[in-house]
Amino acid sequence: MLGSSTFRHGVHPPESKHLTEKVRVRRMPFPDEIVLPLRQHAGKPARLLVKAGDRVERGDKVAEADGFVSVPIHASAAGTVKDIRLCPHPDGSMAESVVIAVDRFSPQVPRPRIVPRWEGLSPKQVVEEVQKAGVVGLGGAAFPTHVKLLPPDDMPVHTLIINGAECEPYLTTDHRTMVEYPARVQFGIRIMMKALGVDKAVIGVEKNKPDAISRLQDTLPDDLDVSVLPLTVKYPQGAEKMLIKVVTGREVPSGKLPMHVGVVVQNVGSIACIGEIFETGYPLIERIVTVTGPGVRRPSNLLVPVGTRLRDVLEFCEGVTDEATQIVFGGPMMGAAQPDLDTPLIKGTTGVVVLTKDQARSVERYPCIHCGRCLEACPVFLNPSLLGTQAQAGRYDEMEAANLMDCMLCGCCSYVCPSHIPLSQMFALGKNMLRKRKAAA
Amino acid sequence: MSVPGPDGRRATSPDLDSMAELRLRIAASPHLRSSHSTPRIMWNVVGSLVPILAVATYYFGPSALLVVGAATIGAVLTERLFGRKGSTGDGSAVITGLLLGLILPPGFPMWMAFLGGVFGIAFGKLIFGGLGQNVFNPALLGRAFLQAAFPIAITTWPVQPATWWSLRGDNFALPLMSPSAPDIATGATPLGLMKFEGLPTGTWDLMIGSTAGSIGETAGLLILLCGGYLALRKYLDWRIPASIFLTVLAFSGVLYAIGPDRFPNPLFMLFSGGLMLGAMYMATDMVTSPVTPAGAWIFGAGIGLLVVLIRVWGGLPEGVMYAILFMNALVPFINRTTQPRVFGKPRRKPKGAEA
Repeated sequence: MLGSSTFRHGVHPPESKHLTEKVRVRRMPFPDEIVLPLRQHAGKPARLLVKAGDRVERGDKVAEADGFVSVPIHASAAGTVKDIRLCPHPDGSMAESVVIAVDRFSPQVPRPRIVPRWEGLSPKQVVEEVQKAGVVGLGGAAFPTHVKLLPPDDMPVHTLIINGAECEPYLTTDHRTMVEYPARVQFGIRIMMKALGVDKAVIGVEKNKPDAISRLQDTLPDDLDVSVLPLTVKYPQGAEKMLIKVVTGREVPSGKLPMHVGVVVQNVGSIACIGEIFETGYPLIERIVTVTGPGVRRPSNLLVPVGTRLRDVLEFCEGVTDEATQIVFGGPMMGAAQPDLDTPLIKGTTGVVVLTKDQARSVERYPCIHCGRCLEACPVFLNPSLLGTQAQAGRYDEMEAANLMDCMLCGCCSYVCPSHIPLSQMFALGKNMLRKRKAAA
Repeated sequence: MSVPGPDGRRATSPDLDSMAELRLRIAASPHLRSSHSTPRIMWNVVGSLVPILAVATYYFGPSALLVVGAATIGAVLTERLFGRKGSTGDGSAVITGLLLGLILPPGFPMWMAFLGGVFGIAFGKLIFGGLGQNVFNPALLGRAFLQAAFPIAITTWPVQPATWWSLRGDNFALPLMSPSAPDIATGATPLGLMKFEGLPTGTWDLMIGSTAGSIGETAGLLILLCGGYLALRKYLDWRIPASIFLTVLAFSGVLYAIGPDRFPNPLFMLFSGGLMLGAMYMATDMVTSPVTPAGAWIFGAGIGLLVVLIRVWGGLPEGVMYAILFMNALVPFINRTTQPRVFGKPRRKPKGAEA
């Protein structure tokens, strides 16, 4: 079953993790202002609970979950609600946000035990508390965690997979979490296993993090079937489907969820977060973020209050160099370039990567020469060369027939293309067009 | 504590000036790119052809340079005049010109070689829409044109001349003039000898290239080496030459086993004529070969099969050019039928399920 430690295809971008992989997580001081968009997770945005002028304590709910696939949002610092207005969102849009003027004289201690102790809670209650604490996937997609914890009855789950691959270049968020908080990770695994009712858990970690692997191995519980699986260093090893293939040897059927092959995947950061909320009793109000790249003066791993603005984070890291030209939220392979320094870091922000002139530059584009590199890079075995031709002609129906919807926008094809064709960008557009068309029909 | 500015932002401290003036660039992910580029691939191919040209010059004297030069100038000039702006810089026209020159006889008139280069680029590539759009390998199309237009000149092979400096034919024939009857004796290529006179050529001579033949086709081992370099650097798909070689070896091996006196031995098949250069440099032209790995195997096998068929039973002594051109025409079909199985989908679509 565990035949290989990796998947077919993929690419090897420079890892560039040396900047921060040995840097301890520091807590960033509270900024003057916090911006909390109501839309920080996949699913329905949270429903507003406060109005301008309200006093909020750290950990207070400012917005509540709107439906099942939604989570509440909590104030990450004590202060006064200054305004409810449209603010720049990491996805590039403007989004309704709660702006909190942080009280500089508050001790910033949350109310005690917002999240109850987990002992004695039923699996269902645990899942409820996870939702109430606003926990989402911290690996980037920000999918509400509790939804994954409630598999339908007809889909039995037998294995919990913890994603500690962190295959994106530069990022060391998960790496430092595993090195510095292994006990919290194990505690989170224990809670998740109980909530899901599974008796097997596997932590997948890329082999370029030997210290994380050994720390996790040293802290494995005696009474549970938890193991650490070292993975080959290759992008996108951390993609859910790739990781499941490596751990179980099975491919998640096209268009289906991991539950169809009996597994649930959680990012190691989310696991640590679940461990943390039940340990401390605080909801998700801060997260670890890697601030890195050749363009930042002091690359760091920071514990940042959710909603801290990019400007404040960069200032705390002593600013950017003269060479800096581009700032990416998330990793450089799938992250989004940020135009505005006032954009807040939200729950799903894994890192801030500041790229320099020699990395982020426009390159000349050439016609496709059908070299086939993209086919040999695509981890889901699509034909990006063909899809690219179809995209340029706007033939979206043909793209759908060529399995465009299986594309996970990992960017491998664009990365290897010698003609510098923005394939994954065209595919993102194509997927949007198809989705819109389907919604309209 | 810093003082909030009028817009609520914190005043920028002096040492953070770089942030105040930061002009942020917006682009779609991925924000990293590999160091590959199309011109880099093309110029690497050009570079790998230099040793082949050098050895050709050693064997065929200045004639080799004259013919290859004329074909290259014809190709590049056409690309420059009629191609997209700046498209000569990508190096693909240079490859076409060089390859065309290398598959012509050393005594070929320069004006004909030039014309071949013009035709190859104009009708083999630009008419389809330029780089990446053409169906047939432009160099081979140029040669096919020359073969049809000048059947005598293209099959005139010189034997060893008096000195290295002497021309191997009437390279300087005036345009639209037939080359004057060469003073030097003409001979036949190893394939011609085999086909029409039943005479074998030593395998070692074929490997090092000391035989009659097209300018750049004779030194089999060197071509293998230069092509191998490209394959290692991933500038060509190794599957194509591999499947050509395997098919040729297997097919001619079977024939040889049946009748060693009637059929040439497999090594002769492999190292004679244009097979080496064709397999390494023409069949692997990325634009005109399949993009799918499975397609590459089929494509190469088809070429290998056709080469042996033409050589053994066809009217011509050599069949590499037509074999590759024929398979070029099948590439869209091969691509369509060898699409990779998508992750998480069944290996083959059940035929009835779609209806």
